[in-house]
Amino acid sequence: MKKTEPHSSRSQQLEGAGLGFLIGFAGLLAFQLLGELVVRLLAIPVPGPVAGLLFMSVFLLVRKRTKASEPEPLLNASSLLLAHLSLLFVPAGVGIMTHIDRIKDQWLSISVALIIASFVTLFVTAWSLKILIRFMNKPEPE
Amino acid sequence: MEKANLDILWVYLSTSPLAGLTLTLLAYLFAYWLQNKTQAHPLANTVLVSVVIIVIALQVTSTSYQDYFEGAQFIHFLLGPATVALAVPLYRQLGDVKQYLLPVFLAVTIGIVAGTISIVWISKLLGADFATQMSLSVRSVTAPVAMGIADKIGGIASLSVVMVLITGILGAMFGGQILRLLGVRSEMIIAIAMGNNSHGIGTARAFTINQRKGAYAALAMAMAVVINALLLPWLVTLL
Repeated sequence: MKKTEPHSSRSQQLEGAGLGFLIGFAGLLAFQLLGELVVRLLAIPVPGPVAGLLFMSVFLLVRKRTKASEPEPLLNASSLLLAHLSLLFVPAGVGIMTHIDRIKDQWLSISVALIIASFVTLFVTAWSLKILIRFMNKPEPE
Repeated sequence: MEKANLDILWVYLSTSPLAGLTLTLLAYLFAYWLQNKTQAHPLANTVLVSVVIIVIALQVTSTSYQDYFEGAQFIHFLLGPATVALAVPLYRQLGDVKQYLLPVFLAVTIGIVAGTISIVWISKLLGADFATQMSLSVRSVTAPVAMGIADKIGGIASLSVVMVLITGILGAMFGGQILRLLGVRSEMIIAIAMGNNSHGIGTARAFTINQRKGAYAALAMAMAVVINALLLPWLVTLL
């Protein structure tokens, strides 16, 4: 026999998913707000969202130890925001149009510095990690 | 009559945040489509393509950045909660890399110091002014945080975003090959160096290779975010 679903189940499901997102998003905003307040109160030179990131990491790790279930709404809302992270950079990136003159004037120093510094960061990070792993007698990872 | 109606329409469009917001989403959707179409070619970077389209559209309609931002600010605002959300990949991958946590932390820090010193000194040597130097110094931090730091140390937030994007694209295009040429064989080490230098764009690139590489790059990126935020304001005053 065919199971008959109550006709409202689809809308209830949607309402549930929407509610989950709202809860998760409220959680993210609350961690950010906490971060903004703490860096201002203690006058730490760290952007508020970064402090919020640290608080939420600690929260997730502590919760993992104390509770069996994961905070689904928070994890889902985060994945949703991060899935199209690139979109969020666009409005600020368009701001380049207000700096065209500065870039025209200094393009050589900017491009040479960016290329060399990228090379330096990649090389120094990779080789110091390689040396440190060997020095600490750990197996070199694949 | 026709003309008057068009004028009214135009005044509405240029003063309402709706146009800037719609333009941003449409440009991004096109850029996203293009990226998939070209199998994630580094030059088909979604941010780069969206920005180019929007700048052209604004120039053609002689709309100012301020007017555009009236609408785009609603998207821009989400950068804050998105930064907080980076806690999730960090939390997820911690188990995988636990035994390498200390060496990774140290190597990321050393890489940041070396990179910051070289970018500030080289740009200064070649005649960049102070605001440009400071905007360049945050080039390896993921954009929302880079803007916050740039603001604090005397850089220009929107200029720093451009530097962040260029650094990301450079690393994603050539990073892996260069490191292999320099004798680095471990894929994990390459992914960490990419995450440290090329933040989100390097991480996205690592994810296209496999999940584990992506996770390593995400970890390095998240560590770099915190280390840079704590270290840069102090480090640049010494240079």
